[in-house]
Amino acid sequence: MGGLLSSSIARKVAMALSALFLIFFLIIHLAVNLTSLFSESVYNDLSHFMGTNPLVQFGLQPVLIFGVVFHFVMGFILELKNKKSRNVKYIKFNGAANASWMSRNMAISGGVILIFIVIHFIDFWIPELNIKFVQGDMSGMENGEYRYFAHLQHKFMNPVKVGIYVVAFVLLALHLLHGFQSAFQSIGFNNKYSKFVKNLGVIYSIVIPLGFIVIALYHYFNH
Amino acid sequence: MDLTLKIWRQKGPQDKGQMVEYKVTDISEHMSFLEMMDVLNESLVAKNEVPIAFDHDCREGICGMCSLHINGEPHGPDRGITTCQLHMRTFKDGDTIYIEPFRAKAFPVIKDLVVDRTAFERIQQAGGYISVNTSGNTQDANAIPISKHNADLSMDAAACIGCGACVASCKNSSAMLFVSAKVSQYALLPQGKIEAKDRVKNMVAQMDLEGFGNCTNTGACEVECPKSISLENIARMNREYLKASI
Amino acid sequence: MTTLNSRVPEGPIKDKWTTYKDKINLVNPANKRNIDIIVVGTGLAGGSAAATLAELGYNVKAFAYQDSPRRAHSIAAQGGINASKNYMGDGDSNYRLFYDTVKGGDYRSREANVHRLAEVSGNIIDQCVAQGVPFARDYGGLLDNRSFGGVLVSRTFYAKGQTGQQLLLGAYSAMNRQIARGKIEMFNRHEMLDVVKIDGKARGIIARNLVTGELERHSAHAVVIATGGYGNVYFLSTNAMGSNVTASWKIHKRGAFFANPCFTQIHPTCIPRSGDYQSKLTLMSESLRNDGRIWVPAKLEDAKAIQEGKLKPTAIPEEDRDYYLERRYPAFGNLVPRDVASRAAKERCDAGYGVNATGEAVYLDFAAAIHRYGSEQAKIHGIKNPSEEKIIELGEGIIEAKYGNLFQMYEKIVDENPYKTPMMIYPATHYTMGGVWVDYNLMTTVPGLYCIGEANFSDHGANRLGASALMQGLADGYFVLPYTIGDYLADDIRTGKISTDSPEFDEVEKSVKDQLEFFVNNEGTHSVDYYHKKLGLIMWNKVGMSRNEKGLKEAIKEIQEIREDFWKNVKVPGSLNELNPELEKAGRVADFLELGELFAKDALDREESCGGHFREEHVTEDGEAKRDDKNYAYVAAWEYTGKPSEAILHKEQLEFKDIELKTRSYK
Repeated sequence: MGGLLSSSIARKVAMALSALFLIFFLIIHLAVNLTSLFSESVYNDLSHFMGTNPLVQFGLQPVLIFGVVFHFVMGFILELKNKKSRNVKYIKFNGAANASWMSRNMAISGGVILIFIVIHFIDFWIPELNIKFVQGDMSGMENGEYRYFAHLQHKFMNPVKVGIYVVAFVLLALHLLHGFQSAFQSIGFNNKYSKFVKNLGVIYSIVIPLGFIVIALYHYFNH
Repeated sequence: MDLTLKIWRQKGPQDKGQMVEYKVTDISEHMSFLEMMDVLNESLVAKNEVPIAFDHDCREGICGMCSLHINGEPHGPDRGITTCQLHMRTFKDGDTIYIEPFRAKAFPVIKDLVVDRTAFERIQQAGGYISVNTSGNTQDANAIPISKHNADLSMDAAACIGCGACVASCKNSSAMLFVSAKVSQYALLPQGKIEAKDRVKNMVAQMDLEGFGNCTNTGACEVECPKSISLENIARMNREYLKASI
Repeated sequence: MTTLNSRVPEGPIKDKWTTYKDKINLVNPANKRNIDIIVVGTGLAGGSAAATLAELGYNVKAFAYQDSPRRAHSIAAQGGINASKNYMGDGDSNYRLFYDTVKGGDYRSREANVHRLAEVSGNIIDQCVAQGVPFARDYGGLLDNRSFGGVLVSRTFYAKGQTGQQLLLGAYSAMNRQIARGKIEMFNRHEMLDVVKIDGKARGIIARNLVTGELERHSAHAVVIATGGYGNVYFLSTNAMGSNVTASWKIHKRGAFFANPCFTQIHPTCIPRSGDYQSKLTLMSESLRNDGRIWVPAKLEDAKAIQEGKLKPTAIPEEDRDYYLERRYPAFGNLVPRDVASRAAKERCDAGYGVNATGEAVYLDFAAAIHRYGSEQAKIHGIKNPSEEKIIELGEGIIEAKYGNLFQMYEKIVDENPYKTPMMIYPATHYTMGGVWVDYNLMTTVPGLYCIGEANFSDHGANRLGASALMQGLADGYFVLPYTIGDYLADDIRTGKISTDSPEFDEVEKSVKDQLEFFVNNEGTHSVDYYHKKLGLIMWNKVGMSRNEKGLKEAIKEIQEIREDFWKNVKVPGSLNELNPELEKAGRVADFLELGELFAKDALDREESCGGHFREEHVTEDGEAKRDDKNYAYVAAWEYTGKPSEAILHKEQLEFKDIELKTRSYK
C-alpha cells in the first residue's frame, strides 16, 4: 500500500472518513425508508427519484459503493495486519478488563454486516439493476403502479429474512457504538465537545438501527 | 497465602517456550508482586534450578523496567500502577496466577519474562527531541512564557515511563499511546513546534517500521497505563500528523 | 607516594571558573572526530555528558545496564532541582546557593567546585527549558519555584513530583539526537566490569553484554564513569535494585582513590520495612514534613501495645504522645535537616518506642494539619460553627490537593488510609556523598579516567541538601566535564585509534573472565542475596545512622568473614553465555563486600561527627553532632593496595577562604 495510505495514521484516518461518510449515508437511507411507514406514495416517489436520477445513480452511487467496499477491505486488511503484530499469543488475555466488547470485535460485527449487505444487494439492488439496466425499464412501474413499495412489503414477508435483518442491525448498533466516537477520535477530534460526540454516538447507534428494525417489523406485521 | 503460579519459561530468543507451574506458600499479603517473585527465585536457587528472569529496577513505579502480564493484563489487575507496585493483597489464598511476558512482534522475548523493548528507543531516536545544543547559551528560561494549561498538558504526556503496557494491553499491539505521548509533549510547547511536522512524520514512520499494529481506539492502553496517559494524546498526534501531511 | 593535587585554579572564587575556561586547552573540531570517549552510566550525569560530548564532535560510546538510558535511577528523584535564578526576587544569588550548599554539607566540600556548581545552575534551567522539559509554571506562564529544606529562599524548579524523570528524559532526548546522528553508539544491557589502563592512562573498558553474556573490549582516549552511588551496600535502600558500586570500585582497584566513603545520607521519610522479604525501600517526599508532625508514644507500654497490634495510634491521647523533634529542636521542629531527623527517629526506636511490628517506624501525623486547614477553609467559605466532620472534610481536601499522589502511593504499599490514621515512616539510605576522588577537572587519580555525578565524592560534603543532586549531575555532564576533558584530550589528537588487541586488554579481560567463571562453577550453598542481606544488616546496624568505635571494628571483622564465606560458598545458577541476573548480582555483591569494609574503616578513621557521619563518641553535651575542624577538615581519599584493610589514606586539606566555618544549629 503505497502513497497516501502508506502510514498507519493515514489508514486510520481513511477508515474514519469512510465511516463518517457511511454514517451520513445511513441517515439518508433511513429517512427514505421511514416514509414507507406513513405514505406509500411518498416512498414510491422518493424511491423512483433515487433510482432513476442520473446524479444519484452515476454520481453518488459509485461513491457510496466505493466507500462501502473501501471500508470493508481496509478494515479486514488492518485486522489481519494487527493480528500479525502479535505473533505469539497470550495464554491468558483479559481483554474485557480494559476495553468494551464492541471495540474489541469490530471485525466480527463488521463481518456480520458484510454478510447482511450481500444479502441486501441480492434482495434489492441486483433485481433493481436487472430491471433498470438489463431490461432497460426505467419507468419504475409494475402492473400500472410504482413497484417499490410492493417490493418492500414482499421482502419482509419472510420471517427468516426479517430475523436476519434484525440481527444484522443489532450488530450494526454494536459496531456503531464503538465506531461512531472512534471515527471522531481517529480524525483527531478529542476535546471538550467529545463528551457530546460520545453521547450523540450512543443515540445515533441506537436510533438508526432501531429505525430500520421497526420498519422491517412494521411491514412484517402489516402486509 | 498459598498460590499456584503459571509462568512463561523460555531459555532464549530462539527457544519455543512454555508455561510452567510453580507453587509458592506462606506469601504475605504485604509483599509486592516482585518480592513474591524473589521468594520463588530464592527457592529455585536453593533447589539448583535456574531462577526466572524478569525485568525490574527502581521498584517504585517510575523507571518503567518491570513488565509482567499478570492474569491477562499488563501490570496486573490493579490500576494506575506498575508491576513493582502491585501488592499480593490483590490476590486471594489459593489463587492461580498466570504470568507472561509482554507480547508483541516488536517486543521479542529475550529470556523467560524479559522482552526487548528497544523498538521504543528507535522511535524516539527518529525525532523525539528538540534540536538544541547543550551550550548553556540558550535564551533565559523565562524568555518564552508558556501557558500553565499547555505546560501541564505537556507534563501529563511526558509522564510516560515507556514501559510498553500500552502495546501489551492492545489487542492490535499498537504503540500509538507511547508515540503520541512523546509527540504531544513537544507539540504542546513553543520550543517543540519548529520541528513538529518532521517529528511526527518520522516517529510514526519508525513506529510502523517496527511492526506495531494499528490503533482501533479500543482504549485499553489508557486503562492499563500506569501513568494514566490520556487518549487525547493519540487524537492530538492524529491531528499533528494530518497537519504535517496536508 | 602519590600526592593529591586538586588543581583548583588560582584567583578569587568568583572568577576561578571563568578564567580557567578561558585558558584551558581545547581540541579543534576536526580533531574531535578522531577521539573516542567511553561514558559508563546514562543517568543525569552520564546522559548529559554523553550528549554534550557527542555534540561537540567526539565519538561517544555510552553504556547502560538497563534496556534504555531513560531507566537510570536519576529518574526516581521527586522534589526538584535548585538554581540561583532569583526568579522569585527573594534575594537569591550564586553566592547564596554556594553558601547554603557548603554549610548544608557541614563544611566538608571543596569551595571552588561548589561555587562553580552554583554558577552553572542557572544555565541548567535554560538548557532544560530549551530541550522541552515541562517544568511547572504559574498562571502568567513563567516558571514556578518551591522551597526546600535547609535554605531561606525559593529556588527549586520542579516538574510535578517527577523532576528527576523529566530532567533525565531531557538528557535522554539530547542523547537520542546524537544516537540518530551516529555520534553516540549506545550499548544497552551492557555492564562495565573493569577498566583498562595502558601506560598509566585509562584507555578502555571490558563490558559484558548482559543478553548474550559475551565479554566485549571497548577502547577510547578517555573513560568517564557516571554510575551513581553505592547506597545498595546496605541491601535495603531507596536505590534501584541494580544500582551498584562495581564501576567505581573496579577503577578504585586500578588506581583511582575513593574518597569519604562513610558520608552517606539517610533520608528520614521512607516507608518502613514490613518483613524479611523486603527488597527495597520507597522514599516519600521530604515535602511531607511541611505539614506532618512526627511522634511516637510517650509511654513504653503504649508503644508495646501498638507493636503487638493491640492499640491504634488514634486512640492515644495528645498528652501521651511525644513529638520528639518539636521537643528537641523547638526552632526548626519537624523541619530539621535530613541527618538530624533520621538520627532522632532511630534514637526513639532504639529506646523501644517504635510503632510497627518491627519496632522500626515513627508516626508522621497529618491530623493537626487537616484540622488547621479545615478550620481555615471553613472561615474562607463563610461556614459558621462548622461541624467536626465538615472541618475534617475540608482539611482533607487541602491535604489531598497538596500531597494526593504521595498519599495514594502510601496507601497502595501499606494498605492504610493516611488521611485517617497517621503514616508510618522510617529513615532509609538514600544518597552517597562519598565516591571516587576527582580533581577540579573531575578527573580521578588515573589520567584520562573521569568520574561525574553521584559516583564522584562530589560537591555535597558530608550531607546533601534537597534538590541538589540533580543540579550536580547535570552541571557535571552538561557544563563542566565537556570543557575540562578537552584539557586532557588536547594531548591525544595524534594518538589515533586505540587497539583493543594488546596485552593490557588481554590481561584485564582474563581477570574479568576468571571471576565470572568462578561464580558459575562454584558449587556453593548460599544465594547471592543471602550474602547481600547479611552485609546490609551489618552496615545498617553498625555503620548506619550512628556509629561507634566498637561497632565499626566489629563490622570490619564481620564483613571480612562474610566476604571469605562468600568466596567459598556462593552459589550462582545458570551459565555464562546467557542473560543471567544471578551472575550480575554476584559480581556486584563481591564489590559491595569490599567497599563495605573500606566504608567502615573510613568511618572509624574519622573521629568526629559531621553531616551524615555521626560518631557517638563525638557529641555535644545535649547529644548533638560535634565536628572537629581542627583535625578533620579534609577529604579522606583512600588508595587501594590489595585489600580494603590495607588502603592508604591520603588527605586533601579543605580550605575555607570565602565561608566562615560555623557549627550548624537547628535548636
